[in-house]
Amino acid sequence: MTETSIPQTAQHPVRDRMLWPAIGVVCLATIALALGPDWASLPARIVLFLAGVALAAQLLKGRSRQFFNGPMAYAATGSLVLLVILALFANEISPQNPYDLRQLDIMDGRLPPGATNFDGSFTYHLGTDEQGRDILSGILYGLRVSLSVAIVATLIAMAIGVVVGIYAAWAGGRIESILMRLVDLQLSFPSILVALMLMAAFGRGLDKVVIALIIVQWAYYARTVRGTALSETRKEYIDAARGLGLPVRKIIFRHLLPNCIPPLLVISTVQIANTIVLESSLSFLGVGVPVTQPSLGLLIANGYDYMLSGQYWMSMYPGVALLAIVASINLVGDRLRDTLNPRLRK
Amino acid sequence: MLVYLLRRIAQSIFVALAMMVIVFFGIYMIGNPIDILISPDATPREIEETMARFGFDQPIYIQFFTFVGNALQGDLGRSFVHGESAVTLILHYMPATLELAALGLIFSVLIGVPLGVYAGYKADKWQGRAIMTGSIFGFSLPNFWVGMLLILIFAVELRWLPSTGRGDTVDVFGIRLSIFSENGLQYMILPALTLALYKASLVTRLARAGTQEALVQDYVKFARAKGVSETRILFVHVLKNIMIPIVTVLGLELGSMIAFAVVTETVFAWPGMGKLLIDSILTLDRPVIVAYLMMTVLIFIVINLVVDIFYTLLDPRVRVTGGTS
Amino acid sequence: MSVLEVRNLQTHFFTDAGVVKAVDGVDFTLDEGEVLGLVGESGSGKSVTGFSILRLVDAPGRVVGGQILFRGQDLAQLSEPEMRRMRGNRIAMIFQDPMMTLNPVLRIDTQMIEAVRAHERVSAKAARDRAISALAKVGIPSPAERLEAYPHQFSGGMRQRVAIAISLLNGPDLIVADEPTTALDVTIQSQILAEVQGLAKETGTSMIWITHDLAVVAGLADRVAVMYAGRIVETGATDQVLTQPGHPYSIGLLGSIPGHGHRGQRLAQIPGMAPNMARLPEGCAFAPRCFRAQDQCRQNAPQITEPAPGQHLRCHFPVLEREALS
Repeated sequence: MTETSIPQTAQHPVRDRMLWPAIGVVCLATIALALGPDWASLPARIVLFLAGVALAAQLLKGRSRQFFNGPMAYAATGSLVLLVILALFANEISPQNPYDLRQLDIMDGRLPPGATNFDGSFTYHLGTDEQGRDILSGILYGLRVSLSVAIVATLIAMAIGVVVGIYAAWAGGRIESILMRLVDLQLSFPSILVALMLMAAFGRGLDKVVIALIIVQWAYYARTVRGTALSETRKEYIDAARGLGLPVRKIIFRHLLPNCIPPLLVISTVQIANTIVLESSLSFLGVGVPVTQPSLGLLIANGYDYMLSGQYWMSMYPGVALLAIVASINLVGDRLRDTLNPRLRK
Repeated sequence: MLVYLLRRIAQSIFVALAMMVIVFFGIYMIGNPIDILISPDATPREIEETMARFGFDQPIYIQFFTFVGNALQGDLGRSFVHGESAVTLILHYMPATLELAALGLIFSVLIGVPLGVYAGYKADKWQGRAIMTGSIFGFSLPNFWVGMLLILIFAVELRWLPSTGRGDTVDVFGIRLSIFSENGLQYMILPALTLALYKASLVTRLARAGTQEALVQDYVKFARAKGVSETRILFVHVLKNIMIPIVTVLGLELGSMIAFAVVTETVFAWPGMGKLLIDSILTLDRPVIVAYLMMTVLIFIVINLVVDIFYTLLDPRVRVTGGTS
Repeated sequence: MSVLEVRNLQTHFFTDAGVVKAVDGVDFTLDEGEVLGLVGESGSGKSVTGFSILRLVDAPGRVVGGQILFRGQDLAQLSEPEMRRMRGNRIAMIFQDPMMTLNPVLRIDTQMIEAVRAHERVSAKAARDRAISALAKVGIPSPAERLEAYPHQFSGGMRQRVAIAISLLNGPDLIVADEPTTALDVTIQSQILAEVQGLAKETGTSMIWITHDLAVVAGLADRVAVMYAGRIVETGATDQVLTQPGHPYSIGLLGSIPGHGHRGQRLAQIPGMAPNMARLPEGCAFAPRCFRAQDQCRQNAPQITEPAPGQHLRCHFPVLEREALS
C-alpha cells in the first residue's frame, strides 16, 4: 500500500518526506549535545547547526514569501540565527572562559563597560562582574544554558504530549476523559507556581530544571495534539486511509501525526520562548540552575544587587540578551503561525 | 441557573480535595523538617520527642488524615520559622498581594483595551501592526526584568517613584492596604505595572481580535447608518461586545497574576505572600508552603466561580437562557 | 423637485482576483414622497447601490465615480463628518437581517436614544419619548416597557419593526430599505409591508426599496428600476414594468414569478447563470442569456433609450409591443 493510492482530493497538507528525518536529526542531536560532556565537540555542533538550517529551509520551502512579509520578519530571523550561532559556538567565540577560574582576576571586579585589565591586553566590552568575569563571555555561555535547557525541555515535553494526546484521541471513552481531566487540572495552575513547587522539592540543578520544565509543559501539547487529532480523524483522508485498510500504526504515523506538525511547531516555538522566561525566573528566584552553570536569568540576579548603586551593566546586558532571544523567538513564532496555519488567517 | 451553580460548586470542591492530596504528598518530599526544627547537635531523644510532637513518627497516611482533618478546621500547621499559625501568617501577607494583583489587573485593562481596540480599528495600517509587534515584546519581557528596568528608570535615574518596599498603609476593616494612601499608591505603581505588562499584551491581542470581528458585524454598520460617531461605535458598540471574553480571560488570569506576584514581589521587596512563599521555600518552611498552596487553590476556585457569575451578568443572552453554552 | 438624483454611480471592489464593478454607471431619480423599487437578482449590485448612497460600502469596495445628489448636494463630495450627520438623520437605512442589525449586548433604549442624540442636542428624556412614539408607530405593543429589553427578547419580525422605528426617529427625507422583509416569514412579511406602506404615505418619506421579489414591489412602489450586472436596465412606472416590461431581462424576471402565468404552465426561467462580476462579457452583459440577442449585443453595450415617456431601457432590441410575449 503506497501513499499514491490515496485519492488526490484527500491529500494532507504536509507531505514533505524530508521533514521527518530532519526533525529527527535535530531532536536527537540537540538532546545528545545537551546531555553530552561540556557540549560535545565542535563537529557535532556544526552538524546540529546545519541540520537545523536544513529543517528550517524544508519548512519554509514555497512559503518563504509569506513568511518574510516585512522588515520585522527579516530582523527577527536574523537576530535569532545570530543568537543561536553565538550560543552554539560560545566556546570558540567568547574572549574568555568565564568559568575557568585561572582566567579570572578578582582585581578586575565590577569594571564598567570598555575597561581593560591591568596591562591593557584585554578589553571588557560589557564590563565585568564582582569576580572579574567578562560579562560578554558570561552572556554567551549563559545564552547557551538558557537555550539548551529550554529546547531540551520543550522537545521532551512535546514528545510526551504527542504520545498522550494521540493516545487519548485514539482510545476515546474513559481513558480520554481521565487523561484530559488531568491535563485540565494541571493547566489550571500557573506554570510558574507548579515549577516553583517542583524546584522546591527537587533542589537546584540543570537536570532538575529540565525535568520541572517538562512536567510544567507536557499538558499543553497533549491538549493541542488531542484537539488536532480529533479534528483530523473526522476529515476525509483519514477515512480514505481507513477505507484502504491501512493499519492503525500506519494511519497515525503517515497521516495523523504529519498533520499535527504545523500547530505543534507553532506552539513549540512560542513555548521555547516561554520556557526560557520561566527558567530565567526560577533562576532569578534562586531555585533554578546551579551557580556553576548560570543561565541569563541567574546572571541578571547576580548583578541585581549592584544595579541600584548604578553598576547597571552586570544585570542590564544579560537582560538585553534575554529579551533579544525571547523576542526574536516570539516574533518568528508569530510569523510561523501566520505561515503554517492558513485557517487562522483572514 | 441554580443547578448549574451547584454543579460548578461540586466541581470546585472536588478540585480542592484533589489539590489537597497533591500538595500534601508533593510537599512531603521537600527536605527533612527536622533539620530546621532542631539544632544539629541535638540528642537522639530530643529529635524523637520533636518528631512525635509534630507527628512525623506516624505513618504517612495517618499524617495525611491528620492534615486533612486539621485543614478542614482551618488549621494548616505552624510555621517552623515564625512559630505562628501558617494560615494566620498567610492571611497577614495576603492583602498586600491581592491589592497589587488588583491594581495590576486594572492597569492591564487600562493599557490593553484601548491599544487593542485601536489596533483592531487600524488592523491593516502601520499603527495596528506596530501595536501588535509591541505586544509580542510585551509577551517576551520577563517579569523580573521589567521590574528591574522600571526601578532603574523611574527610581534610580528619574527619582520619580520609590523603588522597593510598601509605604504607608491605611486600615480598611482591619486590613492594611496601601492602595488608599497616596504614599502607598506611589509604592504600588511600579510593581503593579510590572505585573500588568504581560497581561496588557494579552488583553491587547484579545481586544484586537474581538474588535476586528465586531467591526464587520451588521450592527456596527447599522450604527454607522444611524449616524453614530466612530468613537461611540468603538467604545460603546464594539467595547461592550468584546468585554465579555476579556473579562472572562482576565478573571481567570487573576489567579496567575497572584502566582506571578511571587517574582514581582521579590524584585520590589514587596511584603506580600509571594515573597513569603519564596522565603519559605528557601528556608524549607513546609507548613507555610502548604498553607500558601491551599489558600491559592481556594482563591482560584473562588475566582473561577465569580467569573462565571460575572459572565452571566455581562452577557444578557446567557442570563436568560441560564447557563453557558 | 427630486429628493435624490444618482448620476453615473460607480462602485468597484478591488479584490485579489481583480476589480469587480459591482455598480457600473447607475442613474436614477427619486421624487418627493416617491417609493422606488430596486429589483434584481442577488449580485446585481442593488444592495451595493443602496449602501453607496449612504457611503457605507465595506472595503475593498469604494465609490469610484458619479454623483449622488441629495436635494442638490453631492453626497460623494461630503467630508466624513458631514456624511455622518446625513446618515440616520436625513437619510436612513433598514437592513436585510433584523437578527444581526441590533447590537445584542445593548438595550433597545440605548440603541434608539443614541440615534436621536447623534444628531440633535436633546435631553435623554425627550429622546426616550421620541423612541417610545416611534415604537408605537410601527406597532410594537407597550413600547415604554419594550424599550428596556434586549434585542434577543424580540422575535425577528419585532426586531425589524424596531429597526424601522429607528430609521423613522429623526424624520428622514429618504429611507433606503435593503430587502427588509427577505429574512422574515411570509405572514410577517406582508404585515410589515402593509405597515411600511402606511407609514410612507403618512410621513411622505421617499423610499428606495431594494428587493429581488417583484411581488413585494407590486403593491408598494410607484416606480421600479430593474438592475442587472451593476447597471439599471429598465425603469418605469410599476404598472408598466410589471405588465409591459420592455427589457428581455425584466420579462424573464416576471416569468419566474409563480401565479403570473396560467396554472399548470411551467415556470419560465431565465436560462444560464448570473454573470461573473469579475469577468463580464463585452457588449451587453445580459446577451449570453438573452433570447433576443444578436451580434450587435455581443459587441456594443446598449445606451439608454426612452421609447415611451417615463420608460427607460438599456437594450438594443427591446420588446416594445406585446408582440413576442404571450
